[in-house]
Amino acid sequence: MLKLLLAQGMLGLNNGVFYAMMSLGLAVIFGLLNVVNFAHGALYMLGAFVALILYSYVGLWFGMSGFHIGFWPALILTPIIVGGFGILIERFLLRWLYKFDPIYSLLLTFGVTLVLQGLFVNIFSASGTPYPGMPDALKGVVNLGFMMFPKFRLFAIVFSLIVCLIVWYVIERTKVGALLRAGTENPELVKAFGVNVPLMVTLTFGFGTGLAGLAGVLAAPIYSVSPLMGADLIIIIFAVVVIGGMGSIMGAVVSGIALGLIEGVTKVFYAPAANTVIFFLMVVVLLVRPSGLFGREG
Amino acid sequence: MMAAPLLKTSGLNAWYGESHVLHGVDIEIAEGELITLLGRNGAGRTTTLRAIMGMVSRRTGSVTIRGREFIDVADHRIAPLGGIGYCPEERGIFASLNVEENLMLPPSVGKDGMSLDEIYRMFPNLKEVRKRMGTRLSGGEQQMLAIARILRTGAKLLLLDEITEGLAPVIVKALGEAIMRLKAQGYTIVLVEQNFRFAAPLADRHYVIEHGRVIDRIEGGDVAASMDRLNHYLSV
Repeated sequence: MLKLLLAQGMLGLNNGVFYAMMSLGLAVIFGLLNVVNFAHGALYMLGAFVALILYSYVGLWFGMSGFHIGFWPALILTPIIVGGFGILIERFLLRWLYKFDPIYSLLLTFGVTLVLQGLFVNIFSASGTPYPGMPDALKGVVNLGFMMFPKFRLFAIVFSLIVCLIVWYVIERTKVGALLRAGTENPELVKAFGVNVPLMVTLTFGFGTGLAGLAGVLAAPIYSVSPLMGADLIIIIFAVVVIGGMGSIMGAVVSGIALGLIEGVTKVFYAPAANTVIFFLMVVVLLVRPSGLFGREG
Repeated sequence: MMAAPLLKTSGLNAWYGESHVLHGVDIEIAEGELITLLGRNGAGRTTTLRAIMGMVSRRTGSVTIRGREFIDVADHRIAPLGGIGYCPEERGIFASLNVEENLMLPPSVGKDGMSLDEIYRMFPNLKEVRKRMGTRLSGGEQQMLAIARILRTGAKLLLLDEITEGLAPVIVKALGEAIMRLKAQGYTIVLVEQNFRFAAPLADRHYVIEHGRVIDRIEGGDVAASMDRLNHYLSV
């Protein structure tokens, strides 16, 4: 029983770090832009596809069928590409909507989601494609004592935790982070102090979407790469963000990991409830603490 | 006659969304002077400062600083180009930043900003609470922090909005002394003030604002003779 718990816990942790990284990006974006980025799931999907395309297609386009851009370069390139795409979305689409009700930017990002999903369904078909570029060093399993655990998943957990830690450190402990936090509270005053807030907003959106792309690359070798992979995830991520507290960095990370674990452990006791337990918790949190576990009151 | 103004607004109009708040404000201040904007609540004093900083939906007319026209300058470039430090009425202390982070936040806008040491010498209370979060400060500490952080930037033109509001008399007195010291050091200060007794001994000139316009201008030396007029303007 304990072994089973630990095993499901590890798988849950694996999901949890993805939730954490995704909701982290969402929280940073919501904090500064007051935009609920519905496209976050689609950008995660885009990240997985960028990794797939880099590996399987870029070589073909240039007539070199043996040429692959593998997982390691993709781990760096993909967040940059997806983040760059995010910057274009902010600069040319979202920027026009800030003066309206936030529902408009939500609808816009919802539209972006549909367009992206539609495009990829058309080009790649709705069924998944496995990512063939898993690096040799991360193939196989490690013995954790209580279970055999895929090396790659272990890597994904450690890597994501480090990324979350770095992001938390930058936001909570550095000058750049102080500007971001101040901009979240009172953008007008930060602007009056002479900070180029619109630029900061663009870069923040790019950074948040880059995180979604990074989660996508890490997910590609684990799940199959499919146009709808983000659609399922985004709903859970929204629940995570609501539970953690909209815009709270700490809340996003902690509740992401915790909910992954809870989901995993629920599988042990009553598997059918695993998919709903997060939403049940969301309802409870909303009733007891409407601003979320880590959200500021008011 | 006064020297060439450091800051001058003429025909300054400002809007928040559809509502037209300033209807042509003309004020001027020479280097090293201190002026106050007096008037009732809602008269447009705070908006005058905000319009100078570009913190309104739209502004027309003219704002010149050191002879340069600022009316079309992008809002985030006004403070650095004009060497301005702005202290908002609600103080604008960031709750998620500690005291030192709040102090270090605004970028430099001029040479020879005060060092942290000088600031802590001027406001010793701040040093004791420097690791405390912005929200866990008393009103007086918040006000000192709000002023201290713009002194750090090297701004020589200070726009201070209602800095004595809601503070204990002993703190108001300390702030008055701090303002005197700053003026003696050559800072140029625009003070929006409700507390006339605080403002009167400090100011070179008072502007009375009503319905978004300057309706009177009283030189510092003439205050005693103009008390009746002032009481009339400021009485509710």
